[in-house]
Amino acid sequence: MAELAKNTADIQTTIPAEEKFIPPWKEAWRSFYKNRLAVIGLAIVIFFIIIAIIAPWIAPYGFKEQVMSERMQAPSSKHWFGTDDFGRDIFSRVLYGARISLWVGFFSVLGSVVVGTFLGIVAGYYGRWVDTIISRMFDIMLAFPSILLAIAVVAILGPSLQNALIAIAVINVPNFGRLVRSKVLSVKQEEYIMSARAIGMKDSRILFRHILPNSISPVIVQATLAIATAIIEAAALGFLGLGAQPPTPEWGKMLADSKNYITNAPWTLFFPGMAIMLTVLGFNLMGDGLRDVLDPKMKN
Amino acid sequence: MLTYTVRRILSLIPVLIGMTLIVFAIIHAIPGNPAQVILGQRATKETIAALTKQLGLEQPWYIQYFDYISALLHGDLGISLRTRGPINQEVWPYLAATMELTVVAIIIAVIIGVNAGIISAWFSKSWFDYAAMVFALVGVSMPIFWLGLMGQWVFSIELGWLPTTGRENPRDPVTSITNIYLLDTLLQGRFDQFKIVFQHLILPSAALATIPMAIIARMTRATMLEVMRSDYVRTARAKGLRMFWVVYKHSLKNAIIPVLTVIGLQTGLLLGGAILTETIFGWPGIGRYLYDAINFRDYPVIQSGILIIAAIFVLINLIVDLLYVLIDPRIKFTK
Amino acid sequence: MKNKMLKMLLISLLAISMFLVGCSDKSNSNAGDKEKPAEGGAPAKDTLVYGRGGDSASLDPITTTEGETFKVTINIFETLLNYGEQDTTIHPGLAEKWEVSDDGLTYTFNLRQGVKFHDGTDFNAEAVIFNFNRWMNGDAEKFPYYTMFGGFKKDEGHVIKEIKAIDDHTVQFTLKRPQAPFLKNLAMSMFGIASPAALEKYGDDFRKNPVGTGPFKFVEWKANDKIVIEKNTEYWDKSLPKLNKIIFRVIPENTARLNALANGEIDVMDGLNNSDEATVTANDKLQIIERPSMNVGYLGLTTTRKPFDNKLVRQAINHAIDKKTIIDAFYGGKALAAKNPMPPSIEGYNDAIQEYPYDLEKAKALLKEAGLEKGFEIDLWAMPVARPYMPEAQKVAEVIQESLSKINIKANIKSVDWPTYLDKATKGEFDMFMLGWTGDNGDPDNFLYTLLDKDSIGANNNAQYSNDELHDILIEAQTISDQEKRNELYKKAQEIIHEDAPWVPLVHSTPLLAAAKDVANYLPHPTGSEVLSKVEFKQ
Repeated sequence: MAELAKNTADIQTTIPAEEKFIPPWKEAWRSFYKNRLAVIGLAIVIFFIIIAIIAPWIAPYGFKEQVMSERMQAPSSKHWFGTDDFGRDIFSRVLYGARISLWVGFFSVLGSVVVGTFLGIVAGYYGRWVDTIISRMFDIMLAFPSILLAIAVVAILGPSLQNALIAIAVINVPNFGRLVRSKVLSVKQEEYIMSARAIGMKDSRILFRHILPNSISPVIVQATLAIATAIIEAAALGFLGLGAQPPTPEWGKMLADSKNYITNAPWTLFFPGMAIMLTVLGFNLMGDGLRDVLDPKMKN
Repeated sequence: MLTYTVRRILSLIPVLIGMTLIVFAIIHAIPGNPAQVILGQRATKETIAALTKQLGLEQPWYIQYFDYISALLHGDLGISLRTRGPINQEVWPYLAATMELTVVAIIIAVIIGVNAGIISAWFSKSWFDYAAMVFALVGVSMPIFWLGLMGQWVFSIELGWLPTTGRENPRDPVTSITNIYLLDTLLQGRFDQFKIVFQHLILPSAALATIPMAIIARMTRATMLEVMRSDYVRTARAKGLRMFWVVYKHSLKNAIIPVLTVIGLQTGLLLGGAILTETIFGWPGIGRYLYDAINFRDYPVIQSGILIIAAIFVLINLIVDLLYVLIDPRIKFTK
Repeated sequence: MKNKMLKMLLISLLAISMFLVGCSDKSNSNAGDKEKPAEGGAPAKDTLVYGRGGDSASLDPITTTEGETFKVTINIFETLLNYGEQDTTIHPGLAEKWEVSDDGLTYTFNLRQGVKFHDGTDFNAEAVIFNFNRWMNGDAEKFPYYTMFGGFKKDEGHVIKEIKAIDDHTVQFTLKRPQAPFLKNLAMSMFGIASPAALEKYGDDFRKNPVGTGPFKFVEWKANDKIVIEKNTEYWDKSLPKLNKIIFRVIPENTARLNALANGEIDVMDGLNNSDEATVTANDKLQIIERPSMNVGYLGLTTTRKPFDNKLVRQAINHAIDKKTIIDAFYGGKALAAKNPMPPSIEGYNDAIQEYPYDLEKAKALLKEAGLEKGFEIDLWAMPVARPYMPEAQKVAEVIQESLSKINIKANIKSVDWPTYLDKATKGEFDMFMLGWTGDNGDPDNFLYTLLDKDSIGANNNAQYSNDELHDILIEAQTISDQEKRNELYKKAQEIIHEDAPWVPLVHSTPLLAAAKDVANYLPHPTGSEVLSKVEFKQ
């Protein structure tokens, strides 16, 4: 769904007039809470975050603990999700995997948000040739299918989890850049900004006091959805052998390592895939809910 | 309209130039030596050094870039290091295979997505609506490589209904004319082969179709809900289910814009997703051509492959933009 | 206008949807038929569909080093001499008889008469000379394998002084100096004799239009999809080939290939995962075919890099790796634990050498002696691709990683695409790396000199191992032709290598193929490519 936000990003949002006394965040929470799916999404996300944090304490085995005598066992009471071809406990690996996927998802998006926001502000605020160069750069980057660009970036840097994270951050930069740029452009036209400039207020002050706060909600919405995409992309890179390296229990890599066993041991494929899907679903639901609350005009 | 078209096309020029620059930069930033690629495991120091020189890899980058661009303008995509064949001849069968796969995927996505969206909106808040929307939500969250594997497991391995990989029955290969096999078999009147080709298409295209299908369903439903608030439809609904078809037709018309949008936005995802789908299903398409090229460090192929895919992406977006205006002249164009 | 267009769109959408529904119904009811093996039609099955992991790079075998090429071309081209059906002994090929002078410098070959190329031109002494002239006047880019003869015409090391035709069916090679494996080299399938007329006709396109004398003729090549060859009805041995047509099909994933085999879509597949052996055995429609082993998979310890510049550390690693676990888990028990850099099937193998036993205490003691009892951190490079000697390198690396952690060595598994991998390995940029070798011609020189002599640093001596004593022995063995004496030298060489331990020799694998039960007389060759002329379907 993150892709959709791209073309709707240009639509201007209006700031709700604060007539009532209810603080806006409370209002927001109330309407978020009313959206059942969004709450489910939030619950899934929190669930995986908790798992990621406490994985070392709740995992029955270590993620790289090889027991060659117990290779490829079907799910049982001893190994809830079965074992893989090294006799490692898949349940434990899936738990640890949550750490990796969330880490990649969160930090890659954080990277794109920071860089994208910076470039977007520079382009939108200073305009002219700076804007032209940056916007053209975004156009060009968006002209490549994102996973292709990510593969190319990893091919340059070499396959590793860190580089996959960087690649995903890079390909998402233009999305945030465009979004922020369009916000800046619209806010810049507001009368109070014009007058602030007229009375000689410093650029940095205008940016941080007035323009940035106005751009935050759409960025938060887009970022939530982007985490979902980033998790899938990281898994795809892992699946192609371009992401996490062994013995890292990254979900996509687990799928790649087990795809030879699809006939003999399908459970080695089933659970990591389910974990990816659920996490992504959580972020998508939450993102949709947030959009309804924070940025109602963006709704399709 | 004409001015808009011309302006829209002109605005592509800097994008296209920038694309060649980026692709060129990527190729040169990728570590590794093409000479080693050609010579393989039996290479020696001397042969590698000699070949590096022969390939002109020691020249400064701008000369290499200039050579590349001038060749490109002459329609020369270079020569594959691995097969030594000219890429512009080699690439077509791969491209055709991917086109067949993605077009079928889009058709599936549009037909099921639009219909599901309309029905969901019509029976809003019914069990069908909930089921369809949950399905759509799960669909957009689906890693397609996993979906592909699971599909293979269930339908090919467990049930044995569909073939696992490839595009045709290897014992009775399709004689290619256009390399789009559905077309080729029809042109030759080989309906038996057509059926087999179609069976090979089902799993990969369904996997590829899932995400756009889900998005189309959700967008259509949202559009429809608004349509249904109109007086016209309220009256129609009041007259009973028979009016469903009237509304259905009316709805289809309204569905065109979201569908176009999705096609425009999703082409990139589809083409990218094709890399994964083609790997899993042994589909000899451009995605796999490119992925193999990356694994073999076949630089000219990587370069041309990325460029071709990006160019298609840009082209489709251009067409979609132009279609918007054609269908609904009210849409104003900013650039 | 707008309405009309919409109507059209609507109608076409509906039409397509009905069409799709109709088709999928039909296909569902019929797809089950796939399960039945025979495709009906022809009374006797005579088309073999061969599934393999990668496409050929060229169909002119001398122009490439890629194994997938030779699997096809060995059926199209023939060499002067042949290997045995399943070994590397020398047998007549296009040459029926041959004589070697006592000084080992002159080789005279009597060529088979009445042999024709697929384009109808005659095979004769001129054709042989034409081919060798073409190769020796090229360079390593064009004909990489020709370096087996010591380089090219312009090079110092080139061993062939002259080739001349004594008469139409006798050809004589004169060497500059003796080359012990000369005959074995001639039998390598890359040196298949091509039609001079076709070479001239097609020029650079010969790689896509191969014309030889072999049992099969080239028909069609669709890149990354299939190659079709058919029976050469004019073949000089009238009883062969048995098959009418062979289709080589590319299915990259090993498992997908096995599924295709189980579904009856293909008849033979190579590169079966050892872990899938049980699946094949359990299926009564399938059979396993074992390829005789002539390879080695090893863990290289780059001797120029710390801490592997220390022999003690290299020996410690040798003690720390449990080959049995690796073989049981990822070779399905079907491999031999290696103790030498060459496989036992090759003459001159030193069986007296005692393997470094798996002994973590001993390993720790050696590390302590080297002053590294606290361990160290290191990169462990694993091949990104499946090779016959190591189908699952990444997984083997994970086992090694886990073993090493027990002697306090933290190994980070790294990988990179295959050509870059070779490039870096060649340059000695890896600390510790997995690699292997499949023999080209069954001579010990092709393992020991090629992989471990100091001359081969920068080529295939990726451990950058250099030992002068070893070098003298290997050079001497190259130039004498008394096989007994050569064997003694090679045995001595293996002792030196064992002591210096530049590698951990891991396995000599038995590559597996799987085939439908009705495929008969499939004789896999240790070099990795075999002529399929005797293959047939039994009822």
